[in-house]
Amino acid sequence: MPSLQSNFLGINSPNPFWLASAPPTDKEYNVRRAFSAGWGGVVWKTLGLDPHIVNVNGPRYGAVWGADRRLLGLNNIELITDRPLGTNLSEIKAIKREFPDRAVVVSLMVPCEEGPWKTILPMVEETDADGVELNFGCPHGMSERGMGSAVGQVPEYIEMVARWVKANTRMPVIVKLTPNITDIRFPARAAKAGGADAVSLINTVSSITSVNLDTFSPEPSIDGRGSHGGYCGPAVKPIALNMVAEIARDPETSKLPISGIGGITTWRDAAEFIALGSGNVQVCTAAMTYGFKIIDELVSGLELWMEEKGYSSVSDFMGLAVPNVADWQNLNLNYVTKARIDQELCIKCGRCYAVCEDTSHQAIAIRPDRVFEVLDDECVACNMCVNVCPVDNCITMEELKPGDVDLRTGETVDDSYRNWTTHPNNPMARAAE
Amino acid sequence: MSNSRHYSGIVPGRLEPEEYHANFKDLHPPLTGHEAAVAADRCYFCYEAPCIEACPTEIDIPLFIRQIASGAEKAAAKTIFDSNILGGMCARVCPTETLCEEACVREAAEGKPVEIGRLQRFATDALMAIGTHPYSRAAPTGKSVAVVGAGPAGLACAHRLAMKGHDVSVFEARSKPGGLNEYGIAAYKTVNQFAAKEVDWLISIGGISLCIGEEPVDLVRLHELRTEFDAVFLGFGLSGVNSIAIEGANLGNVEDAVRFIARLRQASDLSGIAVGRDVVVIGGGMTAIDAAIQSKLLGAQTVTIAYRGAKQKMSASIFEQDLATSKGVRIVADSRPVKIISEGKSRLVEFERTETTEHGILGTGETFRLPADQVFIAIGQRLEDRFDILDIEGGKICVSGPGRTSMTGVWAGGDCASGGNDLTVTAVAEGRDAAEDIHRLLSRD
Repeated sequence: MPSLQSNFLGINSPNPFWLASAPPTDKEYNVRRAFSAGWGGVVWKTLGLDPHIVNVNGPRYGAVWGADRRLLGLNNIELITDRPLGTNLSEIKAIKREFPDRAVVVSLMVPCEEGPWKTILPMVEETDADGVELNFGCPHGMSERGMGSAVGQVPEYIEMVARWVKANTRMPVIVKLTPNITDIRFPARAAKAGGADAVSLINTVSSITSVNLDTFSPEPSIDGRGSHGGYCGPAVKPIALNMVAEIARDPETSKLPISGIGGITTWRDAAEFIALGSGNVQVCTAAMTYGFKIIDELVSGLELWMEEKGYSSVSDFMGLAVPNVADWQNLNLNYVTKARIDQELCIKCGRCYAVCEDTSHQAIAIRPDRVFEVLDDECVACNMCVNVCPVDNCITMEELKPGDVDLRTGETVDDSYRNWTTHPNNPMARAAE
Repeated sequence: MSNSRHYSGIVPGRLEPEEYHANFKDLHPPLTGHEAAVAADRCYFCYEAPCIEACPTEIDIPLFIRQIASGAEKAAAKTIFDSNILGGMCARVCPTETLCEEACVREAAEGKPVEIGRLQRFATDALMAIGTHPYSRAAPTGKSVAVVGAGPAGLACAHRLAMKGHDVSVFEARSKPGGLNEYGIAAYKTVNQFAAKEVDWLISIGGISLCIGEEPVDLVRLHELRTEFDAVFLGFGLSGVNSIAIEGANLGNVEDAVRFIARLRQASDLSGIAVGRDVVVIGGGMTAIDAAIQSKLLGAQTVTIAYRGAKQKMSASIFEQDLATSKGVRIVADSRPVKIISEGKSRLVEFERTETTEHGILGTGETFRLPADQVFIAIGQRLEDRFDILDIEGGKICVSGPGRTSMTGVWAGGDCASGGNDLTVTAVAEGRDAAEDIHRLLSRD
């Protein structure tokens, strides 16, 4: 049986699944329920200095739904904890004492001056928490006050604050990054330069989920007006995976531990984040959608997959996908595939035909009795038919073997590797080596 | 106090009042908003969707379901009515399991089609509930058309013609419009006087005058109509019923199923409808099913449908057969009636077992008897013999293309015309298409 035991920055937890700093980790009551359900750790909802902030008293969340009202994306305009600092600190201490085997990391956000950090860090240490996470990510509300993503968008500030924090605490320091920037590598490098022990990402994406067409207010609406919120949930997972990969394959930060966050909903999502270099993962929206019980699926699914693959610990497959993340110019142009439709599985909906005919390459024909057939001489292997087919595995991409002729180009498939850098159409082409 | 369901003979009031209410409630109750949203989300918006092709009126089903899913159910209803102005009734009575829902790709994928019929009802109910008619008439053309019969074919034809700006007079022999929608469909498929309400809503487009209780149109009248109007559409259905030529067929406990169903549909109080304790229905189509189920729901103790051929040859759909058996109706196939017997107090039907051979259905000589206080005959309907001037084919008015009869200026559609399948939705399509053809010809003058 594989072990899910996790050690992230020396912080132990029985599994790599932590709850992210967010509403589910705002109170002792919630965290006790999470730990009782089996979560490996929590990052406590962000603490600030007293007087504590206040939240709006109307709706805080907006949503985007898929079929059957399945929640695909969530945005929130909730700020950091709205309870007194002392209350949170005493609850953190009680929880850590009650669950010594679980990870308890405390998220922090105070003004961008050394004084406030010097004030709050000893108070956190006193709780016996395992580490701190610096919230440089929240894109709404706090950023208007010069905190959250307002810090995370300026690498120099990240480095400066990280350095202050490292200088003033013995605890491991994680810097939480905002995705609301152009190139995630710069804030990650800054965190490293400031001495941070790890980065966690992504925080939420600035967003407006919808507009009320009766009142013309953005949702969630507070008395007829709405503010942009932070977007999260399954919809942001692809954005997060890319940013994690960018940091993991950047030579400057490739050794920097990463706590992966962003739309993790199933064990499979978690495994993907870990494969792209995350040392552990943090979950929020899935728990907020389905409750803490999903930890049973996360743990059992990951365990089963690891057992089937022969991995005995999470570190066995951590980062295995990183070397396979390449720049486009290095993709093999001699790799040729064609769509294949399994007629046994086909339910004849014709969506592949509609997408190919209307928006792609006219490479699917309708034969009598609604038999859909790929035209190899037109198929560019774009994959849209695969993506719109409602039946899993009904349409697949089949690789042409060396020696096969690609009927679209008339060229024989070559088993050598050739990319854009040496392509004759590339004005900057180098001679092939 | 009700009569006991154990009393023999044909008696009313076998059930308690609340039992009638429960038995005859909506077969497919309307979807709630939530149910409709869940059901609509299952549609894949297929390319040239098979469901459209399977619909005789070719409603753009994926479009109307997408409109429901996006919260625009009134737009969805408009999509439906554009193709089928009786989309409300068709949502209730169509055998969707052999039409759109059978063709649904999710039937192929999961054996569970999108609930197209109920979604159609959800949309049409929403638009009809606001009480205003969604179509307006084109500028008057000065042309007039006579429509004979206010059933689904005639109403669809009249509406389309009125919309095009023609003046339409609808002549109906019965005391209410609606045809089989009003008189023929099982009560639990169209509750709360929906058929009558739908006609009121349909003719509220204007330009349609309804002449109710007219003498049935005969040859002389047809010639008059041809003179008085620019075109004539015949949609009077099949008013004759096939009788059964066996001994005892004229006994007092034998009735046409069609008449029984019409009586039931027009009853204001179902407890007043008398029904036998032991009922036998002879036939194998939808009328037989409707008569049998409703007999059972009125409190008959045993109800048997006897069909002369093999079970798979019955024209009633599997869904309808299953519905009947789920209500406690027994279906006995391969049995043809020999005689109806009245001996003292006992009433029986004697059957001969049959087998289907390459030479047709043959008797085996083996007989059996079923007790039958009441016998319903449901072996088909036929055209009354009134129009021998028109070409007749297979007992129906011969039509070609969009309902053209052999007589210039006379169109026909619905059950009285050749080529259909006795479904409401097919009658609507034929009435609509004939109207378009009439309009084309009248516009040419």
